[in-house]
Amino acid sequence: MTVAAPANSYAAAFDTLTREAPVPAGVQAKRIAGLHRFNALGFPTTKNEDWHYTSVSPIANAGFSLPPERTDEVRAGQLDPYYFRAENWPTAVFVNGRFSPRLSSLKNLPAGVRIETLAASWVTSPSLIDRVGQVATNEGYAFTSLNTAFMYDGAMIEIANGAAVAGAIHLLYVSDAAADGGQTHPRTVVAAGRHSKATVIESYVSLSDAKYLTNAVTEVTLADGANLSHYKIQREGIRSFHVGTIEVRQARDSHYQSFSLAIGAELSRTNVYTTLDGENCGATLNGLYMIGGDQHCDHQTQIIHAQPHCFSRELYKGILDGRSHGVFNGKVYVHPIAQKTDGKQTNKTLLLSDQAKADTKPQLEIFADDVKCTHGATIGQIDQQALFYMKSRGVNSETATKLLTYAFAADVLETIELEPLKVELEKLTLERFTSVRTEEVD
Amino acid sequence: MSLLEVRGLRATVADKEILKGIDLTVNTGEIHAVMGPNGSGKSTLAQVLAGNPAYEVTGGTATYDGKDLFALQPEQRAQQGIFLAFQYPVEIAGVSNAYFLRTAYNEVRKAHGEEEVDPLEFADLMEERLKVVDMDPAMLTRSVNAGFSGGEKKRNEILQMAVLRPKLAILDETDSGLDIDALRIVANGVNSLRSKDNATIVVTHYQRLLNHIVPDFVHVLSGGKIIRSGGKELALELEAKGYTDSASHSARSEESVARSRTGATR
Repeated sequence: MTVAAPANSYAAAFDTLTREAPVPAGVQAKRIAGLHRFNALGFPTTKNEDWHYTSVSPIANAGFSLPPERTDEVRAGQLDPYYFRAENWPTAVFVNGRFSPRLSSLKNLPAGVRIETLAASWVTSPSLIDRVGQVATNEGYAFTSLNTAFMYDGAMIEIANGAAVAGAIHLLYVSDAAADGGQTHPRTVVAAGRHSKATVIESYVSLSDAKYLTNAVTEVTLADGANLSHYKIQREGIRSFHVGTIEVRQARDSHYQSFSLAIGAELSRTNVYTTLDGENCGATLNGLYMIGGDQHCDHQTQIIHAQPHCFSRELYKGILDGRSHGVFNGKVYVHPIAQKTDGKQTNKTLLLSDQAKADTKPQLEIFADDVKCTHGATIGQIDQQALFYMKSRGVNSETATKLLTYAFAADVLETIELEPLKVELEKLTLERFTSVRTEEVD
Repeated sequence: MSLLEVRGLRATVADKEILKGIDLTVNTGEIHAVMGPNGSGKSTLAQVLAGNPAYEVTGGTATYDGKDLFALQPEQRAQQGIFLAFQYPVEIAGVSNAYFLRTAYNEVRKAHGEEEVDPLEFADLMEERLKVVDMDPAMLTRSVNAGFSGGEKKRNEILQMAVLRPKLAILDETDSGLDIDALRIVANGVNSLRSKDNATIVVTHYQRLLNHIVPDFVHVLSGGKIIRSGGKELALELEAKGYTDSASHSARSEESVARSRTGATR
């Protein structure tokens, strides 16, 4: 499969971007480097081992244009369902890739928190661009280089040394009907200072059933002893495409906790890559994906144990209905010096229909000899004995199936420490398959 | 009044016939014990009456409270007042006991056209019903049966029974794996729920439960058939002589009946 022709359409879009949205020279230089890199790489094909189970040809062939200029069509009330009922959290809202000051609330930031929006800030402080591309380099990943080529707006969050930030900082990337046929490439940079503690949420939501591409890149650094909880909530439109890459670098004694929820998009791919680059680090990567219909949802995680005495924990759960296809690929590399590594990876899939399909691929490459690394994967269906047990107490099939589906996801939801988010995601999980068919289990 | 009438019930599991023609009549106010050796079909009978889809009814009829039992889905049977206390209660990690109980309670209420109760009302109800099985309220916040000891699971079954107040309770080897204290608590729970309007079928391998839940009738199941029925003293006889003797006793008695008939003809 070759995709040379669509790459040309990206070149045309790039010319338009350069002409219509000029940026400081430093930013433009990065964009050009990204475009060159993307042109050299091209879209990955299923021959690429990292994309074996996910064909991005629907993205490559779609020829998305740049998003429209207007940003102010969204009414504040429309976003209410996405705030997690915690409106005192600092929230930066982006509509179709552009920051919307009107919809955002970035006043009265907690002490020790700095938030810049990229398009505005790299004009006033050109050196800001130096912060971009430090962790997420263009080298291997076509989608990262594509993001760099087209980066237009996004956010930089900085947590001061020693700051303990209550609640969460919320970045809400919204697409509305005007996004139809367009592409956005949000860029997010998070820098957690020494011994800081904070929580960041990235939400990707859609207010319509438009067909568009979100190709997000988030780069995160954790300084010594930093503790960062990072939630990615993907609720894109049902006809959209979403590729999100999170790259993380951790210094010693830091702990990075990631949670990826994916329920939207026709085709989505989330990458969570972290490098444990100091001793005594920990990474906890959890996720929950719930899809149905013809949705395709792929997660790839990569944990590089580059130093000794670090731990990593992964728990990913997938609930697949309809003819959906869920993919999980968990890579763990343990470098020769990374002795005493303690790694554990679990992926469990619940199939709610006969046509749903799951691929799971643990991939451990261990070059140190004194390590403890385990992995496990299961793919199952609703337990018939449990279903009968519930029914024998008067609970109808639909409610019983819903409760058992929820129960399947309960332990991973339980890991969410941010209470308003947990409550909302528990509700979302209960409601996701409310209309699930039960005839085959009667 | 007749609550359950089973006639010629045959049932298979995985194409193997387990029940080979069961007749059983249970009236309100009665306690029936179904005893028998391992593999005799006791648990199958309990599962079939509750509607476990793993078992297939291949013959016979069952009328429950005037309705065709086998035309009802398991949840409809439960809503109509049938309750099966499982031999091996299922663990459901991730659903709290309280949530499950309230869901079940409300489903049954809805089926009877009654208003659902809210969590606060339900908490009051639970406070009262917990006493039936002398259970710690902390058990309500734990996942259904997950990590419960054997005794806790069985008590939890009786708690569910106390909440749902069935018309026909079927206890499937509820005594297995219980120490004497737990056995007493479970039996007390069952006895306290007993009334002239409901009935209980106690499926058990051992007689000792019947010291605490005293049956009106005892049936011996063997090879998928009820081979003997009698009063509570039959349980004691089984305990003393074992099932093998009892089965041969039954064979003998059939033989003697046959002989006396022959004699009459002659």
